[in-house]
Amino acid sequence: MATSLELAQQLKAKFGDLISEPAEFRGELTVTIADAQRIGEVAAFCKAELGFDYLVDASGVDNYGEDPRWSLAYELFSTTKNVYLRLKTHVSEEKGELPTVSNVWRTADWHEREVYDMMGVRFIGHPDLRRILMWEGYPYHPLRKDFPLAGKPTELPEVAFSKTTPMEGGPFVTVSGGKDSAAREPRIRIPED
Amino acid sequence: MANTHEIQFGEAAARASRAAEDLPDLQGEKMVLNMGPSHPSTHGVLRIILELDGETITKATPDVGYLHRGDEKIAENMTWNQFVPYTDRLDYLAPMANNVAYALAVEKLFGIQDKLPPRCQYIRTICCELSRISSHLLGIGCFAMDVGALTVFLLTFTEREKVYNLQEALTGARLTTSYTRIGGVARDLPPGWVEQCRKFLSEVVININEVATLLDRNRIWVDRTRDVGVIPKDVAIDYGLTGPNLRGSGVDFDLRKKQPYLIYKDLDFDVPLGSVGDCYDRYLVRMEEMRQSVNLVRQCLDKLPGGADNKSKEPVSIQDGKITLPPKGKVLSSMEELIHQFMIVTTGVNAPVGEVYFGHENPKGELGFYINSRGGGTPYRLKIRAPSFVNLSVLPYLLPGHLMSDTVSILGSLDFVMGECDR
Repeated sequence: MATSLELAQQLKAKFGDLISEPAEFRGELTVTIADAQRIGEVAAFCKAELGFDYLVDASGVDNYGEDPRWSLAYELFSTTKNVYLRLKTHVSEEKGELPTVSNVWRTADWHEREVYDMMGVRFIGHPDLRRILMWEGYPYHPLRKDFPLAGKPTELPEVAFSKTTPMEGGPFVTVSGGKDSAAREPRIRIPED
Repeated sequence: MANTHEIQFGEAAARASRAAEDLPDLQGEKMVLNMGPSHPSTHGVLRIILELDGETITKATPDVGYLHRGDEKIAENMTWNQFVPYTDRLDYLAPMANNVAYALAVEKLFGIQDKLPPRCQYIRTICCELSRISSHLLGIGCFAMDVGALTVFLLTFTEREKVYNLQEALTGARLTTSYTRIGGVARDLPPGWVEQCRKFLSEVVININEVATLLDRNRIWVDRTRDVGVIPKDVAIDYGLTGPNLRGSGVDFDLRKKQPYLIYKDLDFDVPLGSVGDCYDRYLVRMEEMRQSVNLVRQCLDKLPGGADNKSKEPVSIQDGKITLPPKGKVLSSMEELIHQFMIVTTGVNAPVGEVYFGHENPKGELGFYINSRGGGTPYRLKIRAPSFVNLSVLPYLLPGHLMSDTVSILGSLDFVMGECDR
């Protein structure tokens, strides 16, 4: 039975420079796709040829202050070969979008909606790209690093909890640095102001 | 002064004939029914927008997020150990399993998963399997109650109460257990717990069988569940279903067997599979999983290193001052332990840089944590892959074509928890 390393090498053999050398950490293999706009064909190949029939998870990471700002991690699993593989790709803040893989794995539909909701990364060709956890019309993307833990006030009328929560939800860990405690507490810090 | 209008009513027969003229248009019209967010069968705050043609569902749009608390955002702002209480509140019907899943994920990041002391691994396995029994008892009890079999609910809740008593004796809390720590568990088994647990196991099997006699061949139950909500194998995988919902469709996928963690590879158990993938199969799978879990806990109790009273003083946590808290007595008398305690409490356990994903076979399915760490005491990004969230995404596929009343059976058989779905 093929190991995930062999499958990753097959993937590299097929796509060449688009796919990075597989990186191993704690027994998990990660391959990075250089061009996020080609995620669709890579995903389709992974499912059809390599047998990764189960998309476990898709998550977005905000590398705030770095370029490219967004990282996407797709956790693949093959139920027949019993191996994992992680696909990673990066999207710049200006671009802010990449093709959907929901046409490859239907489970990606909700995962991508969640990434869009929380990070604001858009998925081209997604059948129904709406917010999923936050409500329709909410103006921010809460898992962005520049969104404060306490929340931000919104202008939406008739929406509860549109103010920040000064006494709730933190601080849990203060940020180290030479500032006084008020400046270090996440609940008060509003980076965009 | 308000205007008054005189309304002319025709003869009753004339009105009837006029209504009949309008009727053909009315018949083609679909009705949109808003089910939830507060509906008894949605087990929390799930809202489904159903489009009905008569009694038949033509379109279903689930709307989730009513219980969103931003757990992932909160996790980025606290130390590894501080997040353990938040995991209680994911699948609050199996809090101990969540604790274990989270601890194992972080330990995978730290590379200490294999270094856990054997007694800790056994205790954690017992916790997971007790949670599975508790969660399935509730799942089946509520499922049966929703389709009209109230007795089952009373039976299963009586048993669940005993699991809560065990949890209370073990962790001090009935629901919000927060039992694990990075590198171990909070405390050892209390005196008499093993006997109490064995007593529960012998009682719960009787009640599981009682439930089986009430439901397995019950005409109404079978009519309401058999061939209702059929999920074919390939669709189940495509939608990423996990847990009993996937195995009900006949896919042999159980992380305890496929990617063994803790001590599951040393234990003897079977993975029940369904054949059709309907609500009845999912019920049968859960019933058998409970029996298997009872066996698993028995095996763990028999093999428990150190025995029931731990005379040989087997550790339940990794003995490393940089990962777990040192004994309090030493903190007050020794400089090194004081520094370790201070560092763990204030800045958190120092994590390596890297990213891991760990999937855990929770009662509801695969609870996974994707952790992206940039070092230090807090996660840079912690993504929770909640089984209920993914399992619910199958609803737009599953509900259309069914009768309105089948929704209740299907929701019951999917056995979801909104706390976990919405995070």
